[in-house]
Amino acid sequence: MSSPFVVLPIIFQLFLAVLLMFCWTQKNLQKLISVVGSLVAVIISVVLFAAVWKEGIYTTQAGNWVAPFGITFVADTFSTLMVLLTTLAGLAVSVFSVGSVRNARIKFGYFPIYHFLLMGLNGAFLAGDIFNLYVWFEIIIISSFVLITIGGEKAQLEGAVKYVTMNLLASVVFLTAIAILYGLTGSLNMADLSLKVAEIENRGLVNVTAILFLVGFGIKSAVFPLYFWLPASYHTPPPAISAIFGGLLTKVGVYALIRVFTLIFIPDEFMINLISGMAAITILSGGIGALIQNNLRKIFSYLIICHIGFMIAGLGIYTETALIGSVFYLTHDIIVKTTLFMVAGLIFKIKGTYSLRLLGGFYKEYPKLSLLMSISLFSLVGIPPLSGFWAKLFLIEGGLSVGNYWLVGFILLGSFLTLFIIAKVWAGVFWKDSIHIPVKMQVKYFHELKPLKRQAMVGSIIFLSVLSLSIGFGAEYVIQVASKVAESLMNPQDYIHAVLGQTN
Amino acid sequence: MKTLIFKTASNYLLPLLLLFAVFILLRGHYLPGGGFVGGLIASIAFVIHSFANGLETTRKIIKFHPGFLMPVGLTIALVAGAAPWLFGMPFMTGLWMDEPIPVIGLVGSALFFDTGVFLVVIGVTLTIIFTISEGL
Repeated sequence: MSSPFVVLPIIFQLFLAVLLMFCWTQKNLQKLISVVGSLVAVIISVVLFAAVWKEGIYTTQAGNWVAPFGITFVADTFSTLMVLLTTLAGLAVSVFSVGSVRNARIKFGYFPIYHFLLMGLNGAFLAGDIFNLYVWFEIIIISSFVLITIGGEKAQLEGAVKYVTMNLLASVVFLTAIAILYGLTGSLNMADLSLKVAEIENRGLVNVTAILFLVGFGIKSAVFPLYFWLPASYHTPPPAISAIFGGLLTKVGVYALIRVFTLIFIPDEFMINLISGMAAITILSGGIGALIQNNLRKIFSYLIICHIGFMIAGLGIYTETALIGSVFYLTHDIIVKTTLFMVAGLIFKIKGTYSLRLLGGFYKEYPKLSLLMSISLFSLVGIPPLSGFWAKLFLIEGGLSVGNYWLVGFILLGSFLTLFIIAKVWAGVFWKDSIHIPVKMQVKYFHELKPLKRQAMVGSIIFLSVLSLSIGFGAEYVIQVASKVAESLMNPQDYIHAVLGQTN
Repeated sequence: MKTLIFKTASNYLLPLLLLFAVFILLRGHYLPGGGFVGGLIASIAFVIHSFANGLETTRKIIKFHPGFLMPVGLTIALVAGAAPWLFGMPFMTGLWMDEPIPVIGLVGSALFFDTGVFLVVIGVTLTIIFTISEGL
């Protein structure tokens, strides 16, 4: 079905960013616009999701040029699910920013850039054209460069240099891959590519191109051995920014990987083994990396890598059940990782440090907040019936059904590592007796903030924790969505037909 | 660079270059040119003027902060892009007038989009260059 309003989630974020630029100097108005706008964006994406769920894939051709020549935007269940999650996480981070981002950063355009970032994310999820996907990736990384450096602290700039270098390298590899693919097929439309790549006889060349895509997206989604930039940079920006980075930026890479490797390059034996191997070592290296860290945000950064491994593992197993697991894990991980970085930010605002050794006594001093934080921490571990459990169930079931026992072993090992790390965090931050931490001058502590700001920070964490709980308890519905996504990923005919229409 | 020749020349170059920028902008639909190049040329006009006469004089000519052109340009481009929605057509479809306007020619929504780009480029370039030259 064709509807010109498929691009509305993208255009609306652009509209918000432009509106915010007009209010460059009014801080409070910017906060209001950002929160209200994000709420409207959630409503838009819910409507889009409901429409796609009921009536099937929606497409639009920007500029009204017929596919495969025009720029196609496709809203299928997978992309609208991702758009929905983006706007939900976006709303929470927007509210959290109201409480936690300093005025100096807002003065340099924090909110407009933040909405440009969300525009890029929505664009990447809705793009139906591989070059257009590249353009959205560029928009994402350019806005994230600004966000990661805004404020200009020394540590921030150091992290940004690594982040920028690796991501630019990824863009170059990605662009090269697109160029080769265009040379091979003469098309950039993803649905059209799906048909044309299957016809190429020189499978070796196709595999080389596929590996270039794997490397490009692999750097962006931080899989082994290309993840080093992530723990080096994600702990440096303010909590609100690392929340949206940790929650969404790497997941765009995973989304692109899943999309490209189910639609364009159907992996053969070699690719499946390669992806499975990468997934296994990603799980292992992320988990072990997190074990030895002391900084709370660095622990969570390494856990991102570990759990990216789970999602890639679903792609490596490559059955419908495993993909259900991947999509479910993606859903759960976006919400939970965003919450975790916000939790880390809140702990920092209260205690003035991220160090696991210095923190302690949180449960004694703030029992209610601790209970709130425990939801996201234990969802991450996947204690049933919290949200992480169901996804792993499908991944393991999928792995067992194809006899990929060693990968299942790594998934279980990753789960145990996560459990151990979270137990360590719980013992260190919440249970251990508190020791005296010297008061820092440059930190604005939680109790010094205005009540509204405090409520904004806690409120956004409550919102996402409730969401994560409802993913866990309403798993039945999420599984329905995930199975529909996985089914359409394994059978891309509907997608191709929706884009190319009558010509095929 | 306070030489008399450069100073005098820059006063004449400013309107000439701005005119040339608009020419390039309008030329852009079928021939090389367009909003991006035009915007760069227009900002070069102001940059040359600021080199010759000092930053403050150029600021007085422009009257407002050049950064303000960014949201204005983006709004024009956004409206031009979204206008086809009113006619039930996809985003960024080119809408064209039936009759050409004398001198300018056939006007379509693409021209407004390009004008938006033109303004954004001027805004961005001047903001960057003015900020850097302030620090010097």
